Amino acid sequence: MIHFEQVSKNYPGGFTALKNVSFRLERGEMAFLTGHSGAGKSTLLRLISLMERATVGRVAINGHDLRKVGRKQVPYLRRDIGIIFQDHRLLLEKTIFDNVALPLYIEGYTQGEARKRVQAALDKVGLAGKERHFPMMLSGGEQQRVGIARAIVNKPPLLLADEPTGNLDPKLSMEIMRLFESFNDVGVSVLIATHDLGLIARMRYRTLSLKEGEMISDGLAHQGEAHHE
Amino acid sequence: MSSRPHKMPIWRRFVMFWVHNLQQAVGSLGELSRAPWASLMTIAVLGLSLTLPSTLYVVVKNSQAATMGLNDAAEISLFLHKDLQRAEVETFAKRVELRNDVEKVEIIFRDAGLRDFRATSGFGSALDYLERNPLPDVLVVTPLAEHKSADRARALLAQLQQEREVSSASLDVQWLERLQALVRLVEDVLGALAVLLCAAVVLIVGNTIRLMILNRRDEIVIMKLVGATDGYIQRPFLYTGFWYGFIGGVVAWIATALLVFWIGRAVSGVTELYDSSFRLLGLNFNELMVLWLIAIILGLSGSYIAVRRHVAAIEP
Repeated sequence: MIHFEQVSKNYPGGFTALKNVSFRLERGEMAFLTGHSGAGKSTLLRLISLMERATVGRVAINGHDLRKVGRKQVPYLRRDIGIIFQDHRLLLEKTIFDNVALPLYIEGYTQGEARKRVQAALDKVGLAGKERHFPMMLSGGEQQRVGIARAIVNKPPLLLADEPTGNLDPKLSMEIMRLFESFNDVGVSVLIATHDLGLIARMRYRTLSLKEGEMISDGLAHQGEAHHE
Repeated sequence: MSSRPHKMPIWRRFVMFWVHNLQQAVGSLGELSRAPWASLMTIAVLGLSLTLPSTLYVVVKNSQAATMGLNDAAEISLFLHKDLQRAEVETFAKRVELRNDVEKVEIIFRDAGLRDFRATSGFGSALDYLERNPLPDVLVVTPLAEHKSADRARALLAQLQQEREVSSASLDVQWLERLQALVRLVEDVLGALAVLLCAAVVLIVGNTIRLMILNRRDEIVIMKLVGATDGYIQRPFLYTGFWYGFIGGVVAWIATALLVFWIGRAVSGVTELYDSSFRLLGLNFNELMVLWLIAIILGLSGSYIAVRRHVAAIEP
């Protein structure tokens, strides 16, 4: 699903955000991406979602070599990726319904067709009945779940989450993680960037660790490795 | 590009494209009411900027209509040498009449001319003191319709002046030429003014839309992140430009009508003194539609310039 081949990313000014990173996330796999802030997690996610382009190396998503994806094709590729942000990125003056329906409107669904899918997505994240609310009327955890509903509403084969539990307490964090697990159960590939090592340890999934732009470990996170970080 | 099969058949997508266009069109009309002042200002600028050229256009149109009749009045007066005999005058008149650019020739013999002059000038008794008739024989030459324009008539005049029998000739079109030159000048000024104002309108609309785009930067970033194409994001702004033109055009109609009414009263005040029934004509239906179309095109092109530059520049 995601394939990095010796990928490096340099920013103008000489800062190297990623150094020679290679990994592969298979279809239907779930993994964590971890590392200190500044280790390159965000850059890696930005490369996958085509917000940035790799300086060196090859990134392929869902079989598409991103080097061959032109500017005009970027939106269509992004529709295959559900992205969840730490700061939710909701449209504050739109209702929850419209926020979640946004990807569907963009793809050209009617209001009626969108309604069913939005309903299903909100059910899934446990926010049924909040369609008419505005984001500001919801708690942080609920807003995050709106963001998740928006990411999954058009059933993308890949979910990316950037610090999805950053502002949440452990209990809420665990709920969010269970949610990701349930998507993974139905075949969605999930990559979650987080520095919440305790959470990673409890979940026991494959963990990719970045340090100063380099991939320092790739495998199951054990209790011991948490100290190493 | 999507690796998933399209969930909707082509025709369905096509229909939905138009349904969404309609939704976005109505939606952006709603947007206008969200920032009513900024919208009103831009619409007013657009409408009033078009009012000046359209009012000038009305004035030019009316002055053209007024001078149209005068254009046909071109007549050449040939004043003949006084030593010519009556028969010679008649022969010459025949010769002139046979030219292929002359419609008719009227002879005013000197005696008849004096009689007329005595009757109409009011110098009747004064003329009795003259020993001889000072007037020459005169041929009034009317050119054919296609030779009545100032240039052609002038050429004809030059040719007739070469004739041996002619002492002097005059073509009373100079004032007409001056008037026409004046009308042309006004037309040129109008054209230049219209171009400048249209450019200003495009820039003002572009700037307003630019500010709208920048205000909604966050929203645009989010839309791009969930896979919106530039076209999808641009459309509401283009519709906003369309509505600016649409409403601005109506403003221009109303303002032009008011101005024409205002000028018309002044004009009829003048023409009544001259016993003329001249009435100022406003814009007709076609001209109103053209004005509306221009307003809409200006609104659209202003917003197009803005979205081209700024929507693409906003990247997550």
